[in-house]
Amino acid sequence: MEKNVKFVQGNEACVEAALYAGLNFFAGYPITPSSEIAELLSGRLPASGGKFIQMEDEIASMCAIIGASLTGNKVMTATSGPGFSLMQEALGYAVMTEIPCVIVNVMRGGPSTGIPTHGSQGDVNQARWGTHGDHSILALTASNHQDIFEMTVTAFNMAETYRTPVILLFDEIVAHMRERLVIPEFGELPLVERLRTSVSEGIDYHPYLPREDGRLPMSDFGGVHRYNVTGLYHDMWGFPSTEPRVVHELIRHLVDKLENRVNRLAHYKEYFLEDAEYVLVSYGSAARSALHVVKERRLRGERLGLLELQTLWPFPKEVVHEKCAGAKAVIVVELNMGQVLQLVKMAVGDPERIFLANRIDGVFITPIDIMKILRLIQGKGV
Amino acid sequence: MAVNKYLRQRFFPHLWCPGCGHGIVLNGMLRAVDKLGMSKNEIVMVSGIGCSARISGYVDFHTLHTIHGRALAFATGVKMSRPELNLVVPMGDGDALAIGGNHFIHAARRNIDITAIVMNNRIYGMTGGQYSPLSGQEVVATTAPFASIDPSFDVVELSKAAGATFIARTTTYHVKQIDDFIKQAILHEGFAVVEILTQCPTHFGRKNKQGSAVDMMKLYRDITTPIGSKAKQENPNLIERGIFVQEEKPEYSREYDKIIERATRG
Ligand SMILES: Cc1ncc(C[n+]2csc(CCOP(=O)(O)OP(=O)(O)O)c2C)c(N)n1
Ligand code: SF4
Ligand SMILES: [Mg+2]
Repeated sequence: MEKNVKFVQGNEACVEAALYAGLNFFAGYPITPSSEIAELLSGRLPASGGKFIQMEDEIASMCAIIGASLTGNKVMTATSGPGFSLMQEALGYAVMTEIPCVIVNVMRGGPSTGIPTHGSQGDVNQARWGTHGDHSILALTASNHQDIFEMTVTAFNMAETYRTPVILLFDEIVAHMRERLVIPEFGELPLVERLRTSVSEGIDYHPYLPREDGRLPMSDFGGVHRYNVTGLYHDMWGFPSTEPRVVHELIRHLVDKLENRVNRLAHYKEYFLEDAEYVLVSYGSAARSALHVVKERRLRGERLGLLELQTLWPFPKEVVHEKCAGAKAVIVVELNMGQVLQLVKMAVGDPERIFLANRIDGVFITPIDIMKILRLIQGKGV
Repeated sequence: MAVNKYLRQRFFPHLWCPGCGHGIVLNGMLRAVDKLGMSKNEIVMVSGIGCSARISGYVDFHTLHTIHGRALAFATGVKMSRPELNLVVPMGDGDALAIGGNHFIHAARRNIDITAIVMNNRIYGMTGGQYSPLSGQEVVATTAPFASIDPSFDVVELSKAAGATFIARTTTYHVKQIDDFIKQAILHEGFAVVEILTQCPTHFGRKNKQGSAVDMMKLYRDITTPIGSKAKQENPNLIERGIFVQEEKPEYSREYDKIIERATRG
């Protein structure tokens, strides 16, 4: 048991989890604050039967993992803002072709080169809308290393289950911070393996023909079945089509397979929400300070609660609506100019009750920062 | 025709214009595969976006039609996962050397075992005849109404400098060379480049008053010459055809075994 306890960076927790989940191919390009993930995997993957390649840029990295996934591997890349921007076109290709993959974006301050060594949560909307065209996407986050581990494993499981890219939106603060991590024993966390077709060799395999339950079994590319994969709208054969019915059905399928399961995909944690008058909504590193405030004020009899979001996309609007329903005020705590704030406003539907506690200067938001806003809202002055 | 068995009938009719050179390249490629006696399951074709890139849809191999310029990066992921497969990547001149130029030189540098076929019509066919980095100067295009001032890349020299270990060039007029070069390129262990001058009568031909597809192919006959020929010495403007580079060097996906060996050595 003892050997499973580590004192590590968040990035390392992500690496441990990815390997636990069965990662066997990684392609990447160095960028702060994500580089430790590539560095660690360059050693760990070849040692455990996998492969690592440093590509010429993030575009190539994203493309390489898609190619590798199609052949049957569990794949990942890791980057930060500028690299995530470069990945967007290929990310959309993975959405369209339904190829499982995991993309880690360790967020730093943007736009542009921004503030590479400091934390931010400014890419929440980019994760949702970065690639062009209607689509749906899965994005998860975490506030501590144990949760980074669990969400990373969950990301791989969701990628396989729904045949989709999954984005892990971590931030510089959690990624570079060191804390205790207990690596679960094998079997403790469920792992989803790829659903492969039962169609045997020599029989026509339809790569895009859903089973009754809506899932699309895969056949390792380059193996016994020959088929076509394209980023164009395509029919069940994977052949390009401009037929209105085919186009309509495919876009509906791509969106519905996630948007119809918003509640099932919603991961979150709640603290003292039962009787909370003031509900803090937060995620990632910011949720650490939010939790501190909640615990501390509870000791003094103030009815504060925290809803910590772990699934950011699809946004768990029903969960947020329900958990915030009885609150006098809702305070969204985040390291950007209110990206989740807008979503909470839409989910709760009562904008006067919703406030923002944020920092956008590259500095981690402290419990005192949150308290100051809370005091104003409570009408107690600063 | 012997090559029919490699075609996906369901995919036809194809989208190429009458007289387009890309079909000649497709034919040559299939003859090469046929001569090699490879099974369809051994070949993976990865392509980007362009008229040329559509070639992947028509063939009954494992086919991956990706995004503009990035086919070699996708192919690298496939090859690293399944080194035993033969990767063939047909590319347009823009696909390969404008948007995809970075991936092209890096795939060559690694000497990863992929056959890159550059279908060079010196124009962006699919988007309607804009100039490409292989158009060269004095070419008229829809984005060069006053003729281009852009110098062009020389695919052979560029590939050489980047580290490709098999480099050949021919044209759609020289059909026998097409299948011969592609065959050798597929057999070659390492990054192989076959540049094929291919006519786009619709855009390049029309804008530059080169006549019909047949006229354009005759021009390929007249402006090219075998490597090192006497004609070349007399007329340095002639474009050389043939195999320029063919050498053995460590191949990337196999070299990775060294990393695995070092990583697993106790
Ligand atoms: C990122 C991106 N930019 C631009 C395009 C538009 N586009 C499609 S094909 C093409 C150029 C095709 O020219 P080439 O690669 O020479 O192939 P050809 O059609 O001549 O065979 C362009 C610019 C695109 N699909 N994607
Ligand atoms: S536009 Fe040019 S390259 Fe495209 S199919 Fe027509 S002739 Fe061929
Ligand atoms: Mg072209």
